[in-house]
Amino acid sequence: MYLLILWLPLLGSIFTGFFGRFLGHKGSSIISVICVIISMFFSILAFFEVGLLGINYYIVLSPWIEVGLFKISWSFLFDSLTITMLVIITSISSFVHIYSLEYMQNDPHLPRFMSFLEIFTFFMLVLVTADNFVQMFVGWEGVGLASYLLINFWFTRLAANQSAIKALIVNRVGDFGLSLGILTSFYIFNSVDYLTIFSLAPLFNNYNLNFGGVSISGITTVGIFLFIGAIGKSAQLGLHTWLPDAMEGPTPVSALIHAATMVTAGVFLLIRFSPLIEFSYIVLNILVIFGSLTAFFAGMSGVFQNDLKRVIAYSTCSQLGYMVFACGISCYHVSIFHLVNHAFFKALLFLSAGSVIHALSNEQDMRRMGSLIKFLPLTYSLMLIGSFALVGFPFLTGFYSKDFILELSQITLNNNLGKVEGVFACWLGNLAVFFTAFYSFRLVYLTFLNSVNINRIMILKSHEPSLLMLIPLILLSLCSIFLGYIGKDLFIGLGTDFWKSSIIILPMNSYFIEAEWLDTILKWLPFLFSICGIVLATLINVIKVYKLLYNNFYRIICFLVNKKWYWDILYNRFFVYPILNFGYFVSFKALDRGFIELLGPYGFSILVPTWSSIFIKLQTGQLSHYLFFIVLGVCLLLIVILNKIQLLIFYFVLIFFI
Amino acid sequence: MLIYLNTTSVSILLFLISVLGIFLNQKNILVMLMSLEMMFLSISFNLIFASIYLDDIVGQIFSLLILTVAAAESSIGLAILVIYYRIRNVITVELIHLMKG
Repeated sequence: MYLLILWLPLLGSIFTGFFGRFLGHKGSSIISVICVIISMFFSILAFFEVGLLGINYYIVLSPWIEVGLFKISWSFLFDSLTITMLVIITSISSFVHIYSLEYMQNDPHLPRFMSFLEIFTFFMLVLVTADNFVQMFVGWEGVGLASYLLINFWFTRLAANQSAIKALIVNRVGDFGLSLGILTSFYIFNSVDYLTIFSLAPLFNNYNLNFGGVSISGITTVGIFLFIGAIGKSAQLGLHTWLPDAMEGPTPVSALIHAATMVTAGVFLLIRFSPLIEFSYIVLNILVIFGSLTAFFAGMSGVFQNDLKRVIAYSTCSQLGYMVFACGISCYHVSIFHLVNHAFFKALLFLSAGSVIHALSNEQDMRRMGSLIKFLPLTYSLMLIGSFALVGFPFLTGFYSKDFILELSQITLNNNLGKVEGVFACWLGNLAVFFTAFYSFRLVYLTFLNSVNINRIMILKSHEPSLLMLIPLILLSLCSIFLGYIGKDLFIGLGTDFWKSSIIILPMNSYFIEAEWLDTILKWLPFLFSICGIVLATLINVIKVYKLLYNNFYRIICFLVNKKWYWDILYNRFFVYPILNFGYFVSFKALDRGFIELLGPYGFSILVPTWSSIFIKLQTGQLSHYLFFIVLGVCLLLIVILNKIQLLIFYFVLIFFI
Repeated sequence: MLIYLNTTSVSILLFLISVLGIFLNQKNILVMLMSLEMMFLSISFNLIFASIYLDDIVGQIFSLLILTVAAAESSIGLAILVIYYRIRNVITVELIHLMKG
């Protein structure tokens, strides 16, 4: 059963991919959906067995690579962390599968789409169930590949091609860091197995690596490399530029990849390696700083985006920042709890955005929507549930995880704990809450509540989606409402033994109990911030305060935020173009076609004719010249044979006479 | 020893003079042939001297052989020269440059 969770999506992908032509739309849809749904049921059963009954499974399939100390086997580890991720991935994936049956029903390449979705699910499952670094890397790269294929699904569109390439390459930067991390951990621990590394990690606390005289803690190095991988995959600040661009793919793809699964792989990696990075304060501090910056930056960038999906993409980025800094303050279980909740309400948001886009025949610009509450009441209520869950409205899922993360970050303000970077996390996180509330409700207002901005034909054609799309949406919205309450005690309750050994928090880093004794006003703070955001969005959109805001300062800020703080442009100008120019002018023109060719065949082919023509010209036909060379030759021969320099004098005399 | 050196130097000097005679001559091919004869002469002179000095007859035998070879060579050379003159009507060395590379 445990392996079937993995094999079923692979099977479905192979069938729909290779035989989609014969199966047709309906056949491939049925096969793929059935495969994923069975996989989901199995993983829920597995969750019962592993998570609730507390039996960890460790399945060794076959040896893979065995060279000396380097032993890798295909083996699968099912512990609480894995099983939680399994449930998320398979359930979100099955919802997306069912959803895309209708969303993509007019697409001529539906079997291909299903195949790609399933291969993505399979690789994601490989990623989370792996018990060693290399197998995890298979899933990691496979997920990147599948994301390329999915973003590029409409391959005739230039923008889709570009953003798919961007996603793949930007991810690859992080993958390089991760592969360095794998190599370093093998160098340090002589093993790539999780269990070996984790049990050795405390013993290597004082182990230092030497880089040309500079000595760096080994665990810190591995942790930083892993975090570079997580930056790429989880779209943290620095490599986040691919995520908003990846919205070029179809909406179900965005829901599957960029909400629930692929971007959480980086956070999953950090949580999985909690036994390792717990021992390095530097890595934890980096996590806090990067995570809180990402949360703040992405929250702010989302504020003035006008693309429906891009707003949600930035919100994803921002929430991932929360998860990462929750890891940084050593609350991995809160981080994974937020990951679970976020997967559900973000998938809900994406899919209901897809429903809006579907109803308006592929109109994505929020400025051209409005008053859809009249035409899509169900989608409106689903979107509202998603938005409330996202802003952390009390008693929805977001409240139980996000507000708890913020409370924990406020704990770090406590002087006794001596965590300076906690201030960073606390304030940036709280400001991000404000922005989150603002853009969520800006989205709701612009799409559903403001007066209409669409032409009549589109309005008349707009309709609620059929049951095929609504069932996943409704299930997701139920999850978004109740999952936080249900899961709270299991995942982050006081003294829960759900995580067992899969997450390790050192006692000196563990202070989530203190969060229970925070000041009440501090506990209210995130809620107050989000209410402020909601009120501001309401003011701007309902009472039309924005007419007061038409001044230059507002316009500049608005422009800057809309252009995502010029990250892309700065990257293009300072990294991409210089590198491309280097590639063309230096490595191609100056080295490959220049210097090396000049020393190689091209230069040789010039050299030989030149010198041979010179030697041909030496033979002038004049008898005296021939005589000169004869005598010259004899002289040189004598010099060589007798090895006497005196004869050179004779030689010079001869030349003098000539 | 002193005598030996002087005599050797004389023959070498003679040889060098004849080499220069061939070398520096841009006009007359007859002079070149004469210098060639002088080369043979200097070498056979050297051989004779060496045979006397080393008290060995082989040098003089060589010298005699060289004399015959030189006579044959000069006759053939002069014959070629005559034929060449008959064709070209000129024996200036500078103008012999048909064999350009």
